[in-house]
Parts: sequence; structure tokens; C-alpha cells
Amino acid sequence: MELLDNLALGFSTASSLTNLGFCLIGVLLGTLIGVLPGIGATATIAMLLPITFQIGDPVSSLIMLAGIYYGAQYGGSTTAILINMPGESSSAVTAIDGYQMAKNGRAGAALAIAAIGSFFAGTVSTFLVAIFAPPLTAIALEFGAAEYFSLMIVGLVSSVALAHGSIVKALAMVVLGLLLGIVGTDIYTGTPRFTLGITEYADGLNFVAVAVGVFGIAEILRNLENEHERSVLIRKVSGLMPTREDFRRMAAPIVRGTIIGSALGILPGGGAILAAFASYTVEKRVSKNPGEFGKGAIEGVAGPESANNAGAQTSFIPMLTLGIPANPVMALMIGAMIIQGIVPGPNVATEQPALFWGIIASMWIGNLMLIVLNLPLIGLWVKLLTIPYYVLFPIIMAFCSIGVYSVNTNVYDLYAVAFFGALGYLLTKLRCEPAPLLLGFVLGPLLEENLRRAMILSRGDPSTFVTRPISAGLLFIALALLVIVFLPAVKKKREEVFVEEN
Amino acid sequence: MKPFAIDKTNGLCAALFIAFGAFFALQSLGLEIGTAFRMGPGYFPLALAVVLILLGVVILVQAVRFESEPIGHIAWRGMLFILPAPIFFGLTVRGLGFIPSIFLTALIASFASGRMKPLTALVLSAGLTLFAFLVFSYALGLPFRRFGPWLPL
Repeated sequence: MELLDNLALGFSTASSLTNLGFCLIGVLLGTLIGVLPGIGATATIAMLLPITFQIGDPVSSLIMLAGIYYGAQYGGSTTAILINMPGESSSAVTAIDGYQMAKNGRAGAALAIAAIGSFFAGTVSTFLVAIFAPPLTAIALEFGAAEYFSLMIVGLVSSVALAHGSIVKALAMVVLGLLLGIVGTDIYTGTPRFTLGITEYADGLNFVAVAVGVFGIAEILRNLENEHERSVLIRKVSGLMPTREDFRRMAAPIVRGTIIGSALGILPGGGAILAAFASYTVEKRVSKNPGEFGKGAIEGVAGPESANNAGAQTSFIPMLTLGIPANPVMALMIGAMIIQGIVPGPNVATEQPALFWGIIASMWIGNLMLIVLNLPLIGLWVKLLTIPYYVLFPIIMAFCSIGVYSVNTNVYDLYAVAFFGALGYLLTKLRCEPAPLLLGFVLGPLLEENLRRAMILSRGDPSTFVTRPISAGLLFIALALLVIVFLPAVKKKREEVFVEEN
Repeated sequence: MKPFAIDKTNGLCAALFIAFGAFFALQSLGLEIGTAFRMGPGYFPLALAVVLILLGVVILVQAVRFESEPIGHIAWRGMLFILPAPIFFGLTVRGLGFIPSIFLTALIASFASGRMKPLTALVLSAGLTLFAFLVFSYALGLPFRRFGPWLPL
């Protein structure tokens, strides 16, 4: 069995003592930052990204990054359940019933259910990634420049479709992101573009600086708007073990959530956010007593948490096989790979099988660590919730500064952090989602390169994008998506979804 | 009929996008545009910049017709202290050296919150500097000068 061989290679890579260590550090750090209220998974990863570059080996560094991701997600759920302050919209759904459970004195059970659901979903979806990644890679190897261009268009359009608020603004954010992404030297002619004569920007704007600014700094500023006391509901969490009745009730929602999450996670553009919400809706619909939802229903925690985690995992499929980020977190992973000298795309699986399968195996290990570590450590995380914000900001700022500077030892990257922090904050105030901007930023250079290559291959004939069948199909999907989100009925429904989510 | 009014949030948003679009468009015009067959360095950015301006105009039209959510409270104090922190670090890390620079960076960021007391800020920054020194400079061995040439050491 090739699958088993591959998984064996992955597990032997991921379970080396060093990689286990880095995975552990990643999970711990991710939870540590992710548990801080108001700081979502994307911001957590953006802030911790520079640290992973200090590890020389790309495999270990990406494994640690993946660990940070799972940790941050779990940390976010903890905050959502305990203080009803979800850092990311995907855990907003968990907050609905999880917080109610905590209020009813069942915080321990809610946290345990979230962990067990996530672990189950993580296990299943790790196998899904292992099964589906190789055939997709084979297809992707057939892709030419035109197909890549069209595929990226699909990714960008779906990130628009899944963004909160105005579609036009999300489109504008994508375009702005693309433009910012191509700042730097033109690869064909060597002409510096949009650098304002600053030679330090000749290699382009530093991805880490943009991510830290737009997500990290902007989020800190948003939290500084009104500094109210956080009321931590529970000082001590007891009764972690769910009862037999709980287990009976959570089994089916976990399975359903896993299926929904796995399917939606593959969609480019942030399916994991939708997954949690879709799962909640499904559970509410199939439940015998839907009235319980919103008042602490176990199903309302188990389903969305599983869906969330399954989606987080399967979103690695387009990233690993096609080099296309499904969400901002995957955009960060791709940025990290490029900085490590790995070109994301179908060649990764064949050229660097240890890296490819090592990351997949580390997903499962990371999930296992979460459940083994975090449940006993829950007391510590609860204590962290009581740290006042004003103590955290200087710490985060200092580490972000050191981190960004350490990537290239370029002081201009630090100025970029300040600029993008201000820009990111301003744009959020103007109700523009930062996620499409980051996707655009990562894809900008790739999109331009493939467009130019495709046009050279077709001798300047733009019909190449619609005469090649795969490319035409992809563009059709993108167009259909765009039409659907602009349909009045869908638009209304979409607004409802996001209103309820907030 | 409502009197003619521009919604502030969307109006500002449109202005921002149009300004960015105009910047990139003007800069692109200074580059070689090329043809669709052999695109020059200015082709793709110019096309994008035009799209960005058009999207900005659409938002502007919406701003005149609809009202949206207000901008809300702005963290001025936060911006005043948080944003200069990385800039200060960038300006001084080579001259002052890593240790004094990170101490002052943390100290600046401390005052972003109105709740921070000066003594707490000093203690926090000192502790943070020690930690950063141990982790980044000592354990990870990042090649930063601990004290720079600006200091008479």
C-alpha cells in the first residue's frame, strides 16, 4: 500500500525527537497566544511566524507552524467557552452554546467535548488529506500557466465570497493585496516597481511584516479601543470528564461535523469559517429539542468544534497540492514555505516527500498533543485569561519587533510593520476584511507570473484561458461564485449568516 | 428625499481605494507597459490599479446612496504609542544595540494603555528585556549587537 508507506515515512519524519519537540513547542505557544482574548488564530500565527524561521530545517519549522495553528485554534475555543470572546469567527459559533454551558457550571465538560470533537475530526481529516492529496497532486502536475492563473482566480473569488460585509469592498481588498504583492523587482526585466526608490524594498514587501501589521498590530489597536475589564467566569474549572450521557449525545454531532468540515475545508477561500456555522445549523435542525440550542446544548459545541477542526485540516489539501491558500492561515503557511526556499505546489510531494508527509503526520500528532496536554493544563490557560491587557501589549510589541527584524535583519521591514498596522486598522474601521488582502498579497506575484507566461505561450491571445478545458472550467466556477454572491436572495441570506455569527 | 449626504465610512473607504489606485496607476505609467503578448513591468499593475479605482468609484456611489455603520471609537492613544514602537526599534537597534533598544521599545508600547502605571511599565520592560536577551541573544544566538556604537561602553 503506497498510502501506508507514505504515512510511515511521514510518521517517522514527524516523530523524530526534534520534530516532536518543535511540534510540542508550537502547540504550547499557539495555545498560549491563542487563548488570549481578542487575538485570533491568524494573528497568533502571524506573530509567532518569525520565531519558526530561527529553526534551520524547513520540515521542523513548518511542523512547528502547523502545531501553532492547532494550538491557536484550540486556545480560541477555550476563550470562546470561558469568557464568550471568540478571537476568530470560526469559534464564534462555539461561543453560543459553550459559554452557556460554562454558565451552567459545565465549563469543564464543554472544554473536554471541544477537545474530543477536535481530536476525532483531526484524526479522520488527516487520513482524508493523506488519501486525497496524491491524486490531486497528479492532476496539478498537468497544470500549465493558464490553469494556474484560473485556479488562483477561483481562490481569490471565493475568499471574496466568504468575507464579511460588502462584496465590492472585499474585491477592492483583493486587488489592493495583489498590487502590494507585486511591489519589488520585476522578475522579467529587473525593473524596480513601486519601491519609492528605497532599495531595501527591492525584494518586495516582507510578507511577515505585512501579516504582523495587518493582523497582529491592527488587532491590538482594536482591543485598545475600549479597555473594559474582562470578567472571567470561572477561576477554577472542574468536572472535565463528560458523563456517559454527554458521550451519547456528542457522538453523532461529532461525526456529522467532521463530514461537513472536511468537505467545506477543501473549498478555497475560508471554508472552515462556514463549516462551523453549517454544522451548527444542521445540528439545530436535526435535534429533537432545538429549543435547547443557545442555552447550552452539547451538540452545539461538539458539532461546530469538530467541523472547525476538520476544515482546518483539509484546508491543507489545496495548499499542499496546488500551492493555493484556502484561507489566511494557509496564506501564512505558503509565505513561510517560500521564505524557507520551498516553492509550494504539486512538486513538493514528489521532490520533498519527507516534508510533505511529515507535515501530514504532524497534524495528527499535533492533535494528540492538544488533547493530552491541554486538558490537564486547562487551569494554567484559565489563569492566563486573567492577565490584564495592558501587560500583554508591550510584550507582544517587543516580540513582534524582534521577530520581524530577525527574518531579514532589515530595519525597513519594521517600518512596514507600522505602516501596515495603521493601514490594517484603518481598513477594519472602514469595515473591510483583511483576509482577502493577505490572500491577494501572497498570490500577487504568482498571478502575474502565470498570466505573463500564459500570454507569451499563447502569443498574446487571451482566449487561451477559455479554450483550455481545465482553465475554462475553473474560470466558470469563479464566475458562477461571483454571480451567486451577487444574487439578491443569496446576498440577503449571506448577510443574515454573518449577522448571526457576530 | 434625503438631503445629499455622503456616508463617512464608505466615503473614506472609497477615497482610500481610489488614492491607492491612483498611486499605483501613476507609478505604472512610468514603467514600460508592453503589449498583451509581451507584457512589460507596468502592464499588470496598471490593469489592477484601474480596477481598484473603478471599485473605489462603486463604493463612492454606494456611499452617496446608502448609510452604513458609523466608524466608531478610534484608538488614538493606542496608535500614538503602538505604531512608533517598531519604528523606534528599527531606528535604534543598530545604533543603541539590541538590549537598550528593546527596553525602550517595550517602554513606549507600555503607554498605549491608560491603565499602565509608570513603575509597572519600567519593571515590565526590564523583565521583558532580560527575557528577550536570554532567549533571542543568548539561547538562539541571533547575531544582534547587544550594545551599539552610540553608547560609550
